Amino acid sequence: MEIKVVKHILEANEVIASQNRKLFEEKGIYVANLMGSPGAGKTTLLEKTIEKLKETKSIAVIEGDIETSRDAERIAAHAIPTVQINTGGACHLDGNMVRGGLEGFDLDQIDLLIVENVGNLVCPAEFEIGENDKAMIISVTEGDDKPEKYPLMFQVSSVLLLNKIDLLPYLDFDMERFQGEAFKVNPRLKIMNISCKTGEGLDNWFRWIEERTSKKGS
Amino acid sequence: MHESAIAQSLLEIIEQETLPYAGAKVTTLTLRIGKLSGVMPEALTFAFEALSMGSRSEGASLIIEEVPLSIKCNQCGRVHIVDDPFMICPHCEGTDVEMIAGRELEIRNMEIEDGNQGSQTHT
Ligand SMILES: Nc1nc2c(ncn2[C@@H]2O[C@H](COP(=O)(O)OP(=O)(O)O)[C@@H](O)[C@H]2O)c(=O)[nH]1
Ligand SMILES: [Mg+2]
Ligand SMILES: [Zn+2]
Repeated sequence: MEIKVVKHILEANEVIASQNRKLFEEKGIYVANLMGSPGAGKTTLLEKTIEKLKETKSIAVIEGDIETSRDAERIAAHAIPTVQINTGGACHLDGNMVRGGLEGFDLDQIDLLIVENVGNLVCPAEFEIGENDKAMIISVTEGDDKPEKYPLMFQVSSVLLLNKIDLLPYLDFDMERFQGEAFKVNPRLKIMNISCKTGEGLDNWFRWIEERTSKKGS
Repeated sequence: MHESAIAQSLLEIIEQETLPYAGAKVTTLTLRIGKLSGVMPEALTFAFEALSMGSRSEGASLIIEEVPLSIKCNQCGRVHIVDDPFMICPHCEGTDVEMIAGRELEIRNMEIEDGNQGSQTHT
């Protein structure tokens, strides 16, 4: 016999993600889900962001990693609350993993939670975790043809950080092509060119994230 | 790559939906997968076959309908099915465009075979 079930396959995840989102709202926490390939500069950007904002905002970080805890150690060295989530092989974080990770924090003390997702350009885009915004980071060494190849991540992101622009002189990276394609895939995407090495362009990013984070008790 | 997580969720939905039918086996599952979802049908089928072993879905055949990307232009009102993942109206080049199909990750229906009665279909 036939059973009609019209259901979103990831419905269970969406439900947990919206519960997370409600909790973040109640606690007044702004949450950014940072996604990008391995090596794009996610952890480096996080370190820069923490150094810049930690005097004025209470920051916490969730590090999603397939197996190691190296990134979590890098972040913890900046003396902010850090939770490491090992996905045990999964190529993305999901709502449930993040919910588990939250147990490691005192949520009443946090203004800004940044989640470093697992390094991957496909899967994290599909799984909501309860974030306010998805931020994508890609480095110029990955080539200028990525928007059309991995459209979903570009589409679901609010902001795109194009990192390692200090390396542009050594590459054949067609900036016009990249930006044009990214715009076509997502006309609302805010693109920022940055270098975590030289610091170029980072002020734009700091301002963007600072504007979205409200300070507890002020 | 996330096909195994999707197959896992799928199996959980099946278990829930078939609770009232003790002993039934799932024979066919129909899914709708949007072109933009980044899910590869072969990889999903493979993951499903592996993860369904020993469950009531073991051996079920997966019918995957791929849904093309469609966009609706709010400027000229036209709807287009497009090949490229671009949010630009092919007619008026407007960028105030909504995606109306292409991100589906849906289960649509399933065929089950009752433990005692054999296969029967009614709609
Ligand atoms: N030249 C250059 N290297 C960078 C920049 N940002 C990060 N890197 C380097 O890229 C490598 C990967 O960075 P990491 O933050 O670990 O990437 P993740 O895997 O995305 O977390 C490290 O060796 C960083 O020092 C940049 O703006 N310019
Ligand atoms: Mg990292
Ligand atoms: Zn139009």
